[in-house]
Amino acid sequence: MTEAKTLYEKIWDAHVVDQRDDGTALIYIDRHLVHEVTSPQAFEGLRKAGRKVRRPDLTLAVPDHNLPTTARIDADGNKIPIADPQSAAQLEALEANAPAFGIKYIGASDKEQGIVHVIGPEQAFTLPGTTLVCGDSHTAAHGALGALAFGIGTSEVEHVLATQTLQLSRSKSMEIRVEGLLGPGISPKDLILHIIGVIGTAGGTGHVIEYRGEVFEQMSIEGRLTVSNMSIEGGARAGLIAPDEKTFAYLKGRPMAPKGADWDAAVAYWKTLPTDDDARFDKSVTIQASDVAPTVTWGTSPEDVVAVTGHVPAPESFADASKQDAARKSLDYMGLTSGQALGDVAVENIFIGSCTNSRIEDLRAAAQVLDGRKKAAGVKWAIVVPGSGLVKAQAEAEGLDKIFTDSGFEWREPGCSACLGMNPDKVPPGERCASTSNRNFVGRQGPGARTHLMSPAMAAAAAVTGKLTDVRELIG
Amino acid sequence: MKPVRKVEGRAIPFGQKNVDTDVIIAAEWLKTISREGLGKGAFESIRAQEGNVFDDPEYAGASVLIAGDNFGCGSSREHAAWALDDMGIKAIIAPSFSDIFSSNAFKNGLLAIPLPQEAIDRLMEVAKTDPITIDMESMSVTTPFQDRFTFEMDPFRQQCLMDGLDEIDLTMAKSDAIEAHENRVDSAQSWHKPIAA
Repeated sequence: MTEAKTLYEKIWDAHVVDQRDDGTALIYIDRHLVHEVTSPQAFEGLRKAGRKVRRPDLTLAVPDHNLPTTARIDADGNKIPIADPQSAAQLEALEANAPAFGIKYIGASDKEQGIVHVIGPEQAFTLPGTTLVCGDSHTAAHGALGALAFGIGTSEVEHVLATQTLQLSRSKSMEIRVEGLLGPGISPKDLILHIIGVIGTAGGTGHVIEYRGEVFEQMSIEGRLTVSNMSIEGGARAGLIAPDEKTFAYLKGRPMAPKGADWDAAVAYWKTLPTDDDARFDKSVTIQASDVAPTVTWGTSPEDVVAVTGHVPAPESFADASKQDAARKSLDYMGLTSGQALGDVAVENIFIGSCTNSRIEDLRAAAQVLDGRKKAAGVKWAIVVPGSGLVKAQAEAEGLDKIFTDSGFEWREPGCSACLGMNPDKVPPGERCASTSNRNFVGRQGPGARTHLMSPAMAAAAAVTGKLTDVRELIG
Repeated sequence: MKPVRKVEGRAIPFGQKNVDTDVIIAAEWLKTISREGLGKGAFESIRAQEGNVFDDPEYAGASVLIAGDNFGCGSSREHAAWALDDMGIKAIIAPSFSDIFSSNAFKNGLLAIPLPQEAIDRLMEVAKTDPITIDMESMSVTTPFQDRFTFEMDPFRQQCLMDGLDEIDLTMAKSDAIEAHENRVDSAQSWHKPIAA
């Protein structure tokens, strides 16, 4: 009898090129996504050493982080130049490096362009059972399709470009088992924020998570991508969900998916991947779905979560002295006082987008709340940034863009946008943003910006009322 | 990579927990296409505060940074390691590091030394007045007051750091094994075919 294995162990074992005595292994990388921010120094390294890209055919490049989300082509069909010379130089570097090394490049004005973690699944570049990396920590997202996907630094990007492998230590395995189903009006984003609140931002360090339970089986692929995406916010480099019929249905017919007999062979293989019944995890955490409320963050760490119906916690309520100190600093930065009702917190900015929540379902959920409503007077800036050109086109075909613009939102071009304060989309100092992104770190959305993380429906609700709001009051 | 056998010098007693990569180097600094010059952007939001430890003349020229749990959490940006290196830091001592940060540090010959909180507390005290020493051969951190704390690191990383080995060269020496893996997959899993470039 063969040894019972977890999904992670099966993928790991199938990719060992060379096993070392000290437990580390050389692991083959099946898919590599490259973007403009973490790659220029890697290509420069290859050039200096006179090295080539070993498998350009397993590599896909696309700009997303630094790219402005305003119009890219003018009325005459000409490219609109990028104002910031440093951003322009970085984008040009990728545009030049990709063809120079034989890598397929999706350009800024191509209809497939989008955030790496949106277009990977969308193009079926991401497949179950593969290893996938990208110089971006939210690469964990692709775990939603049952791929072992994780973020890497630029030196590792260079290593993968040159060798198509990485030297890795095997991680421990961690099961997050959710019992029960989510209540009405509660989304995958609420669930993952709640999970991070329970395990903490270092809860998954050194581990690969597998999300298990009926809630994930019933969840759409878009929802699973939101959950896996934020695994890194719980410290885990990767967060997997077993591939199933929903996964196969999602992938079938997509541009880079296997076709014909290859498809059948692939599905047969993918069906062998789920964790064996008697496999053991190094760590296991159980979460009750009934405990999950519409959730927002109050502080400057993604673990600082609270139900929107709740109150800002008192720093003294934390057991650990350093957490108390961190909470005081967070409240000061966020301009909040302990005991304040979250529902009383006014927001001036709304951001719907990011690799966490910019897929078609996310836009539908937000549009459902906004339909026939206007953003509140106090909301100065509200933008929707679709995750890819294809998501944008789909949303426009469904008339969602009209709902957004009618309610006072700007409808943008795809990119990372206001998630990370790197391109022109920033939240002004001292102002608050109801954001569907993944990080509420100090200065993340711009210097002094105050971020409250939440689901797309919740961000839409905040736009309508001008305050953090329980979306269930608007859709009941 | 330059070999690192010993780091000796003053240490910045920073001590904060959960220091995220956006705090180490904000996104605005990520527009560069070079690895150089990021030190001036390091810890920008903290340096904006008066009396911060990074601009304290007492620690000018420090080569070690002492921090709390979960150092380098958040983004995969290697710019965080480059920024620390550029500000003259050669080693960070903390109870724990995020997985991606510790890998990025290693690739740049920057030591990420894990020690328990009690040791950190003691080193934070020593750092206020005296230098500390990290020795990679004996895997120990010592002070002029006879403190000695040993740490663990995977032996492959220890060797690479001490010998300044280029990891890409090491891997390229295994290209036969890589090719064998590729051939195995090509024949057993034709669905696995790569995309057309």
